[in-house]
Parts: sequence; C-alpha cells; structure tokens
Amino acid sequence: MGGQAAGPVPTDQHDFALWEKRVDALMVLCGEKGLFTVDGLRRALEDMGEDAFECMSYYERWIAAVNQNLIEAGIYSLEELGARMEEVGRRGATYGEAQNREAQDD
Amino acid sequence: MTERVRVKTMMPPGHVRTPAYLRGKVGVIERELGGFSNPEQLAYGLPAEERPLYRVRFTMEEVWGAAAETPTDTVDAEIFGHWLERL
Amino acid sequence: MPHDHPSHSHEGMSPSGHPYRADNDTALTYWQRMEIAVRELLVEKGAVTPEEVARQIDTMDARSPANGAAVVARAWVDPDFKARLLQDASAASREMGFDIGPLRLIAVENTESVHNLIVCTLCSCYPRNLLGLPPDWYKTRAYRSRAVIEPRAVLREFGVELPDHVQVRVHDSTADMRYVVLPARPAGTEGLDEAELAALVTRDSMIGTGLPRTP
Repeated sequence: MGGQAAGPVPTDQHDFALWEKRVDALMVLCGEKGLFTVDGLRRALEDMGEDAFECMSYYERWIAAVNQNLIEAGIYSLEELGARMEEVGRRGATYGEAQNREAQDD
Repeated sequence: MTERVRVKTMMPPGHVRTPAYLRGKVGVIERELGGFSNPEQLAYGLPAEERPLYRVRFTMEEVWGAAAETPTDTVDAEIFGHWLERL
Repeated sequence: MPHDHPSHSHEGMSPSGHPYRADNDTALTYWQRMEIAVRELLVEKGAVTPEEVARQIDTMDARSPANGAAVVARAWVDPDFKARLLQDASAASREMGFDIGPLRLIAVENTESVHNLIVCTLCSCYPRNLLGLPPDWYKTRAYRSRAVIEPRAVLREFGVELPDHVQVRVHDSTADMRYVVLPARPAGTEGLDEAELAALVTRDSMIGTGLPRTP
C-alpha cells in the first residue's frame, strides 16, 4: 500500500488480549516447526483482499491466515475445524469460558 | 561502487516482496545482503531456491516524480535479484 | 478498527493507560472461536504443546523497547560497540545478552544531516524480537501508505519537525531484514551514565517517528 492516499496516522493504542497473544504465539511456533512460513502467512493475508483490512482486526486477519496455511498443509481438515469451532461455541458465551476444554469439565 | 539497477515492471498475481510503487524505478545498490529463500516459493509451501537479496536506494524524485515531498530524500527497500535489471 | 470498551472491572483502561481489547469477559467472537479450535487441533495433532504456547507468550512479553534502548545507550557511550552495531546489529544485540532469535537486524544511524524512518509497506515487519510487538499505528494503512511518499508530513504528525538540510531516509522492510534506528545522542547528556541515557531512548525514536528525550 506504499504511496496510496490516506488520512492522518491514528495513534490509539490497545493492550493485546490473551487470544491475540496466542495467535501471535501460534504463528511463531508454526514457523519454527516448519508447518508453514511467514511468507505463507503474508500470502494468505494479501489474498483476503482490501475488505478484510477494513472489516477485521489485525489478529483476526492473522488467525484466518494461520488457519488457511494449516488447512493447506494438511495439519487438520476443514471438517475437524468446523466441528471444533461449533463445540467451542457451545462451551460458553465468553472467551474466558470457552478458551479451553478443561474449563467445561469444572 | 554505485551500481544502478531498474526494478522490473512485471505484475504477476500472487505473493511477491517487491512493492508496486517501486516497479520500473531506478536505484542504486546500497549493499548486498546475501542469499535468502525465494519468498515467491515459500509463500505457497514449495521448496525454495536461494536468491540474492539487495538493499536498493531510490530517490523520492525517482519514485514519485513531481509529487515528491522532498526530491533528495530517499527510500531503501530490499529487492531480490530476479526483480532487478542491471543498467 | 473500532472496538467497544464495555464497562468492566478495569474501568476500561489498563495500568499502562490503554483501553483493553475486548477479552475474556466479552462475547465470544467467530475469530476467537477459530483461535481456540486451531490451538486445540495443533495440540491434539502433536504439532505444539500448551506449554510452548505459554512460553512463547512469555518470551514476547519480555521483549520491550527497553531492550533496544539499552543497545542504543551502549552505542552512545562505547564507540567500538557502536561500530559493531552498525556493522551487524544482530550480533551486537546478542552480545548484550538479548535473545533475538533469528532476527536479521540492521541499525541505521541518525546524524546531524540524516534522519531515518522505518516502515513496512507490504505488511507489518518490525524488529519485534528486540523491541517487542509493534505499536498499533505502525500497522495502520495510513502509516504504511504515507511513510514512503510524505515522510516529513508523517513526522510532523508525530511532533518531529526536520530542517531542510536534514535528509530523510525511509527504510521499507520489504524482505528478510529488520531495521532499528540509532538516534543521535541528545545534547547536554555528557554527564549521564548508560542507564540514565537508556531512559531517554523512546520506542518511537528507534522507529524514527520520534527523537530521544532530553534530560
């Protein structure tokens, strides 16, 4: 996007949430373990197009790109992902309640 | 040693690390960085060849023409050898 | 990217004075569900362990601009170290004991006639293994678009007004290298020790959107 017209640089800053830090950690670990590369991450980010930049937050785009690469690498299937996301949604209404499997057994 | 290079103008679809705003622009090699795996292969999970990477310095005048904010300011970017034509 | 700041126990602000990102106590989003699912599947497939994820978070949390500030202050007081830093910033950072992983770092020096500014127009490359995660503004479309075409206007927004005789060098982190600015040592700091000097070095001064504090 170098050179495109744009307004003032926004300076709001937020502290990273746990789920965002986990996305960051997953990307680094997947790279270290050779599951995919940072170039694969960037490629998936770019393929999301301009809309994603407006509609999704930074780490939302990242987890989508991490997932895209893991699906392509055959680490798990779309069926497994879809089923697990449904199951996660049934665990509770907040990230705190849904964030790990142990939590539901309490 | 100032070696002048021109960035190729090609626009293939897909993931490349050559910014669009530098395509076709002429700069000088600021330093050679050595060989790095080709990101255009890494991005698709393919085995990647090592390709030479260069830091190329462009003047704002070269990149933006009359729209340059200050013509003598510069922008440096890392460009892979297969994107450069020697002049 | 707008996000809500629902009232919760922290009164909306963190100890560092920033709004909390919607987190553990707000409605679960689609993308949070994906993060949980991806993490669990990676663990079940034996690709990562929960301990590795926790350790990686701790490692990133431990990285901060203070690490870079220590490197800058050392360069200000030790000319030999400064020469090594400008030669190979990765090796110089490791020499000071910072675990920067595989980071390939180049230090660029601000002088009376040159001011350096770091950007990544293609994504959000940043010397994260030395300075920690980038500030939000670094990742915005506005910064990434404008830093390469009107760096002086961007610098003015950050409160940095450069005289005409100072050349601006923008560094677009397009591939495998990462950059850190070695700011010029402020005048009037002759009597300060290394730790006092490090306290003057801000994050933005190492990205180039700021200058070091003056004592």
